[in-house]
Amino acid sequence: MLSRTADHLYWMARYIERAENMARVLDVTYNMSLVPNAAESETALWAPALEIAGNVEAFEARYDEYTAANVIHYLAMDENNPSSIYNALRSARENARAVRVALSAETWENINALWLEFSQFFRTNLADSGLSVFCDWVKSRSHLFRGVSFGTMLRDDAFRFVRLGTFIERADNTARLLDVKYHLLLPDEEEVGGAVDYYEWSAVLRSVSAFQAYQKVFSDTIEPWRVAELLVLRDDMPRSLHACFDEITPILEQLSGRRNSECRRIAGELHARLHYGRMDEIFQDGLHEFLEDFVVSNNNLGMEIQRSFLNAAAA
Amino acid sequence: MDMATNLPFDEMHLQPEAVRTIYNAYADWLAGVPLAQLELKRQEAEVLFRRVGITFNVYGESSGKERLIPFDVIPRLLGAGEWRTLSAGAIQRVKALNMFLHDIYHKQEIIKAGVVPAAILANAQYRPEMYGVDVPGGVYAHIAGIDLVRTGESRFYVLEDNLRTPSGVSYMLENRKMMMRLFPELFRRYSVAPVEHYPQVLMNNLRAVAQPGVQEPVVVLLTPGAYNSAYFEHAFLAQQMGVDLVEGQDLFVRNNAVYMRTTDGPKRVDVIYRRIDDDYLDPLAFKPDSMLGVPGLLTVYRNGGVTLANAVGTGVADDKATYIHVPEMIRFYLGEEPILANVPTYELSKADDLKYTLEHLPELVVKEVQGSGGYGMLVGPAASKKEIEEFRLRILSSPANYIAQPTLALSTCPTLVESGIAPRHVDLRPFVLSGKTVSLVPGALCRVALKEGSLVVNSSQGGGTKDTWVLQN
Repeated sequence: MLSRTADHLYWMARYIERAENMARVLDVTYNMSLVPNAAESETALWAPALEIAGNVEAFEARYDEYTAANVIHYLAMDENNPSSIYNALRSARENARAVRVALSAETWENINALWLEFSQFFRTNLADSGLSVFCDWVKSRSHLFRGVSFGTMLRDDAFRFVRLGTFIERADNTARLLDVKYHLLLPDEEEVGGAVDYYEWSAVLRSVSAFQAYQKVFSDTIEPWRVAELLVLRDDMPRSLHACFDEITPILEQLSGRRNSECRRIAGELHARLHYGRMDEIFQDGLHEFLEDFVVSNNNLGMEIQRSFLNAAAA
Repeated sequence: MDMATNLPFDEMHLQPEAVRTIYNAYADWLAGVPLAQLELKRQEAEVLFRRVGITFNVYGESSGKERLIPFDVIPRLLGAGEWRTLSAGAIQRVKALNMFLHDIYHKQEIIKAGVVPAAILANAQYRPEMYGVDVPGGVYAHIAGIDLVRTGESRFYVLEDNLRTPSGVSYMLENRKMMMRLFPELFRRYSVAPVEHYPQVLMNNLRAVAQPGVQEPVVVLLTPGAYNSAYFEHAFLAQQMGVDLVEGQDLFVRNNAVYMRTTDGPKRVDVIYRRIDDDYLDPLAFKPDSMLGVPGLLTVYRNGGVTLANAVGTGVADDKATYIHVPEMIRFYLGEEPILANVPTYELSKADDLKYTLEHLPELVVKEVQGSGGYGMLVGPAASKKEIEEFRLRILSSPANYIAQPTLALSTCPTLVESGIAPRHVDLRPFVLSGKTVSLVPGALCRVALKEGSLVVNSSQGGGTKDTWVLQN
């Protein structure tokens, strides 16, 4: 297929996934802010949300204070924040529009409807009362997008690039989320089992829809290393790093065909690490180091995909 | 114009009370439908069009507002006999125009015969680059939009021929889909000729005009991009034909061939249905600052490495100065009498025509020969005395730059407007497709001027569209 088409499809999916993950983080952070004494300060509460999105500095340059209203506006609606939900969905729709031919009609109409519906939130005061409704809407539109593309698109390269975008973005988001919260997962002898920790951990789990899964898998109290195991190594947890690479690796095999591609190699190596890795070893070497390394490798993979498929040169 | 009442011809009514036969069943149905219900249907259509994204762009607005061309829920009907005449006339015209284009870029016999003046070669739309170039099947205008207007029961005129990159066919197709969804019961009352196969006919034609020897021709549709106002149509047609929708940046030229960049490497392209004007096609040959085109495309094209539809240089045949000669072309190339008439046109380079025009300015429309899009134009009946006198001086300073035509009383068709159902002026653009054969699907884009009394149907000036029903019987 056309490289430019593949590029638009891939980024369309990435932007929708990004919007969904941003909404998840906003939603749980907001819920945390309703728990008494959940954090020492507004800053301690909201800064991690910005860290996950990787734009603390840009925020500080534009806003004086870490208030709920400021952070929510910045992450959800700010036109000047390139990864705000507003901009992510707008970019998703513009990418989709550029290649509507390559999408099934239902998929295109779904994304177009998403954008038309977005305007209803311009008048809502998200920080006061509208945030949950907004986040639920973003999540459900993202679910719809995946459902309708999965349910209606021909299993060709167009579909593969859409899926690839989804899982590369999701792996990045899950790893960042876990990394920002990782200090909570370090066993701390003095405070383990406190009520606030419980809320924090459960918030982490909820932000990747893993709370119920955790209960089901472990049916036990929330233990930090188990949270990490669930989100890194479990292949049956749909937002875990392992699950993402279970999707990415075969897609790259199919796309590469007989070509000997660097993409394949990077993905295979990451996949092996997740497939054969053990949690106790990861903790020994440091979860933070592991996640940092993963985010870099995943990013390299993204650049390699860009280079070998999406920006195809004339030759 | 009906001299007794001074009203323009109405598609539905002979007199205010007498319905034309083909509209009988529709009028019966309409009488039983409350206005509010029609209005609801109109709103439903708008929501659906928006959802599908059949929109024109107004970019830069953060709310993402894109404009919708107003859609009227009352169809325009054409009887089977009427359609036979119109389609035969349009086909005849396009055949002659294609022969003219071949001739003018080869032996120029029509000039030697004195039927068309040699001055036509100085026209800015004449492309000397095309002289001596053979195009597959001798087809230049693969897609032609013929703009027709009506002034009486059996009086149709060709207003202009669109032979470059005519647009609007997606509205013909989408309007039909919408009408079938909104008013299925009407399609049981009427046997309406289907139009849905248009993309298939177009695709067959495009494949047929690949260079000889190409086995499985690869066809693409070349668009200026998502910000172009007709982007929806480009995407729509590409999707319907199952071809890649490409931009200039997706194509490149190598070894006298055109390739597209794909995820599997370069892929050869044989036929380009281009929706980019000549000037922007190839920065090496035409406008050097164009970012839309493909460097080197023209050279490959001239050497027969790729087919372009429409061909380069068709503009010389749909120019106003050429328009005057189309009836003569039909006689010259086909030896037939034109089935469809031109609007009577005065060439102000001729002394008699100039004299008549200057004496009748308040009744006439005067157009600049090279002008387009309504610029440099005088609409006599709508102009003030002062404007007319100013224009008179402009004409006198260079008469050959102008043509004049009578102001036509375009037919009206009942249309749903704010005040209810009222007559509004309409035109008709059928799309003639040329490949191995010349044909058209039984339908057309019908444009309607939504402002009361307005004769301007262009969507850029508040015009809307209607579905056109060609009846089978």
